[in-house]
Amino acid sequence: MYRYDEFDHTLVAERVSQFRGQVARRVAGELTEEEFKPLRLMNGLYLQLHAYMLRVAIPYGVLSSLQMRKLAHIARVYDKGYGHFTTRQNIQYNWPKLPDVPDILDELAEVEMHAIQTSGNCIRNVTADQYAGVAGDEIEDPRIYAEIMRQWSTLHPEFSFLPRKFKIAITGAPNDRAAVKVHDIGLRMVRNEAGEPGFEVLVGGGQGRTPMIAHTVRDFLPIRHLLSYLEAILRVYNQLGRRDNKYKARIKILVHETGAEKFTAMVEDEWAQIKDTPLALPESEVARIKAYFAPPEYDTLDDNSPEFDAWRGGDRDFDLWVRANVAEHKVPGYAIANISLKPIGGTPGDATADQMEAVADLADRFSLGEIRVSHEQNLVLGDVKKRDLYALWQALKTHDLATANIGLISDMITCPGLDYCSLANARSIPIAQEISERFADLERQHDIGELKLKISGCINACGHHHVGHIGILGVDKKGVEHYQITLGGNADQNAAIGKIVGPAFSGDDVTDAVETIVETYLDIRADGESFLDTYQRAGLEPFKERLYAAH
Amino acid sequence: MPLIKDGELIDDPWLRVADDQDLPDGPVIVSLERWQAAGDDVAAHNGPLGVVLASDQSPDLIGDDLGRFDLVALDFPAFTDGRAYSYARLLRERLGFKGEVRAVGNVLRDQVAFMVRCGFDAFDMADVNAAEAFRQALAEVSVTYQPAGDARRPAMALRQS
Repeated sequence: MYRYDEFDHTLVAERVSQFRGQVARRVAGELTEEEFKPLRLMNGLYLQLHAYMLRVAIPYGVLSSLQMRKLAHIARVYDKGYGHFTTRQNIQYNWPKLPDVPDILDELAEVEMHAIQTSGNCIRNVTADQYAGVAGDEIEDPRIYAEIMRQWSTLHPEFSFLPRKFKIAITGAPNDRAAVKVHDIGLRMVRNEAGEPGFEVLVGGGQGRTPMIAHTVRDFLPIRHLLSYLEAILRVYNQLGRRDNKYKARIKILVHETGAEKFTAMVEDEWAQIKDTPLALPESEVARIKAYFAPPEYDTLDDNSPEFDAWRGGDRDFDLWVRANVAEHKVPGYAIANISLKPIGGTPGDATADQMEAVADLADRFSLGEIRVSHEQNLVLGDVKKRDLYALWQALKTHDLATANIGLISDMITCPGLDYCSLANARSIPIAQEISERFADLERQHDIGELKLKISGCINACGHHHVGHIGILGVDKKGVEHYQITLGGNADQNAAIGKIVGPAFSGDDVTDAVETIVETYLDIRADGESFLDTYQRAGLEPFKERLYAAH
Repeated sequence: MPLIKDGELIDDPWLRVADDQDLPDGPVIVSLERWQAAGDDVAAHNGPLGVVLASDQSPDLIGDDLGRFDLVALDFPAFTDGRAYSYARLLRERLGFKGEVRAVGNVLRDQVAFMVRCGFDAFDMADVNAAEAFRQALAEVSVTYQPAGDARRPAMALRQS
């Protein structure tokens, strides 16, 4: 993985002391809360319902075991013993005290981490495919370019006061695991006719109250022009994005109101004027960063592991875990192991300090000391030998980290909702917990198959409900929490926004409604059809009929 | 209002003149509207001329006239309105403007380091300790990660050498 050099170390250290000064000025009353707000937001510090919340960046979702131990330490010393992994590959601490925050940032800097630009109207943490570097379908490792973008966007003098926050995601593979079509900018690695790698550039996707799928503005961008093209997009947006209404300020609205074709022309025109400036990426710099992500020296193994097969055959629980949580690795004899942070009845995405330390230890023991965080709020060990999977699984079980539900109905994305968030209209976590309990039977979940359920506690859509196969949106109806259900959303390469199935349900009824939807699917599915396949074939009607028949 | 020019606190030699006021001799700053109205008084003005652009007025609007101005002031109606960062870069890097580029409006010490990098060289700051605040703000972060409108070499370039 990437390691800081003197420049990176210096910048992060200086940024911490700068923020320490800003906090001191706030505590001394030299800055009003209004003046302090944009400064703390540039450093990931929010004021929530009950306390400050600190959001720490995990650039493109990659952590060393050392860094994971530091996150555990911070949870234990400065917070209440846990942290929350988010859909943007960050970790949030819900209870830090303001005067402690500079110390927390100092501790993070020791392990080459920071909270820079994890909030505010600037370019946020760049996210990437959690299987980067180990997936067989990959064209190139997207983390190389995510790191280049991390550096370019850090304290960018022109783009630190944009009309609104700005999110970039990159995938190196045709199978999109990074939801790039619902980001302000999405990058997909592709090859041109000559076989050279480059990027398809998509702009204007997003969720929130006006969900949109991104438009392709360029089919192929050579690698050396990555930064100049991003700068052209951002410059057009910074000048023309709406600043009169925060709900219309994202780039998706600019693209929509301008028209994708005209917007593209403006970007291309700007780009033509800056493409051959010092923004052009020197090959040597790409090579320097690429070297950090060079594949490790893998052992030469037989892809078949008789021990592994025997354990699978002899232990039904292990077999279920392998089916749901283990993905194919590009190297024979290795596997990608997903660690679910969605135990039945738990808070999706939360991990205790003990669990974080356990994962760090297991990463050292079984997976070259590296951990990834997925946008679906789970953890990944990317380089596990197949013959070690059984021992890994047994160790995970002792820490309540072995739930065999990746991609299944209880593997929900859920925002913090009204339990923490000052924007929420409704609670999300208790609904997630109730649905998870209802479907606690893993055999039943496996029978239902792939089903992505996503819950947001308000229209800002942090829980990605628009792109859930089943989406649940918390709304406030005359002071009472209600939940609107959408069907058919999808965040992958075939991204789609879900459709509202009908009137909202009360908190008491929403779990029953989800069960009715699932039962309807099981009744009408054809052989081999996933939930999404069935929805796409049959549409909303059969679900609607069953849901509202009694009313 | 204290004015910081090239890092020093100075007495502002420029006078910003409202659209309904007569133009006195000497350095004056007029609005884009007054410039575009092309009154005889502006054309015949005896002394240096500056123009102030509101945050929705791109320097492209004065691109052909830049030779006439010694100063372009870019307004920040709120520090959160960041359009003028792009405008300053366009003025310097695209339009080649060599005169003073002044930040006016809600100009705070925590933004000036960004402004300098985009090409601003004068700052109308409300801060009572403006000069000291300015010096401190510019000394806070020594590393840059991207080329911009100033001469600083970003980490990417320094690594090559």
